[in-house]
Amino acid sequence: MNFFQQVGANTLARLTSIGRAALMLFGAIFAMPSLKNIPLTIRQVYVVGVQSLLIIVVSGLFIGMVMALQGYTILVGYGAEGSLGPMVALSLLRELGPVVTALLFAGRAGSALTAEIGLMKATEQLSSLEMMAVDPLRRVVAPRFWAGLFSMPALAMIFSAVGILGGHLVGVDWLGVDSGSYWSLMQSTVELQKDVINGVLKSLVFALVVTWIAIFKGYDSVPTSEGISKATTETVVFSSLAVLGLDFVLTALMFGIE
Amino acid sequence: MNKHKTELMVGVFVVLTVAAVLLLALKVANQTMTSSGDTYQLYAKFDNIGGLKERSAVKVGGVTIGRVTDIHLDKEDYTPVVTLSISTDYEGFPETSSVSILTSGLLGEQYVGFQPGFSFDGIEELKDGDYLQDTKSALVLEDLIGQFLFNRGGSDSKNDE
Repeated sequence: MNFFQQVGANTLARLTSIGRAALMLFGAIFAMPSLKNIPLTIRQVYVVGVQSLLIIVVSGLFIGMVMALQGYTILVGYGAEGSLGPMVALSLLRELGPVVTALLFAGRAGSALTAEIGLMKATEQLSSLEMMAVDPLRRVVAPRFWAGLFSMPALAMIFSAVGILGGHLVGVDWLGVDSGSYWSLMQSTVELQKDVINGVLKSLVFALVVTWIAIFKGYDSVPTSEGISKATTETVVFSSLAVLGLDFVLTALMFGIE
Repeated sequence: MNKHKTELMVGVFVVLTVAAVLLLALKVANQTMTSSGDTYQLYAKFDNIGGLKERSAVKVGGVTIGRVTDIHLDKEDYTPVVTLSISTDYEGFPETSSVSILTSGLLGEQYVGFQPGFSFDGIEELKDGDYLQDTKSALVLEDLIGQFLFNRGGSDSKNDE
């Protein structure tokens, strides 16, 4: 009997947590229209987006370079090293750009968001805001949410672009693939609608999920130092798992069915 | 001062994003004219279309003038009908024109080769919805090998056709 009670309590706790997360998201989304929040949002774009730029650009460059190196050694055996461009561009635009950006973003910005909001809660800043009749959803959560939703697709685009240029650096400038065939085969293979737009859509979905998890874990954390550390860990683990799982679903929907 | 710097950096970030999107859209995806501009439809019946797919190119002497937009089987005589969407920049081909399914390179993808015919008096121009009469099917490697082996067998018994 005790066992069933345990299962029931766990289920109810999960469900109420999902419900609270949905309510928070709802509050954050509909807190957008106030003009006062725009400077706050810009401030958060700086924290979440601009400060992630370095890690995104460096990893994009190196992933593009490594892919060109690996692809070249295999393709040159078939005399097909001209197909290096499409290979690098398609894998970056469709998969690596959105996914690696989301994983890095969860580690770099998501954990910081959780820790910041969690500490605000632990030091009762959120309660004091409420005491002053300022809605913390509107003042604290919404700017971070919108900043994350804007920054991640932007970072993913920068990641893909830098990766393609990195592939050009290794493939064309160092290994001697013809520059014309690198670009022209890429251009004839990549489609704006199918590859570029779908990649942006993917990273938009990842942005929603990662930012949502990060903010909710902070907002809902147990207000102790242990609770914040647990919430930060959960943010990184849950968002990474969610991104990888969702990536399969989105890929199947976008590219799997011809 | 600090706020000023923040806005500056966000501005740089936004400009970088726009540059990345432009690079991806223009340099990488390279929107071609035939995918967006006005087109007119021509139809061609083939015996065998081989590996032709939708979105395959239609080329005149190597220049892409349109794309294959639809492939279906005629319900009455069970032959494949290929719809060619040709850019309206290239109008007025004579109706003696022929189309054949070709392969770019040994292992490359298949495309529709369009041969403009000669035009003289009494030959009309191809218009939207017309059928091309002169078509050559794709070469299927297995059929070729089969024919080759069959002919070899036939010549041995001095019975070839």
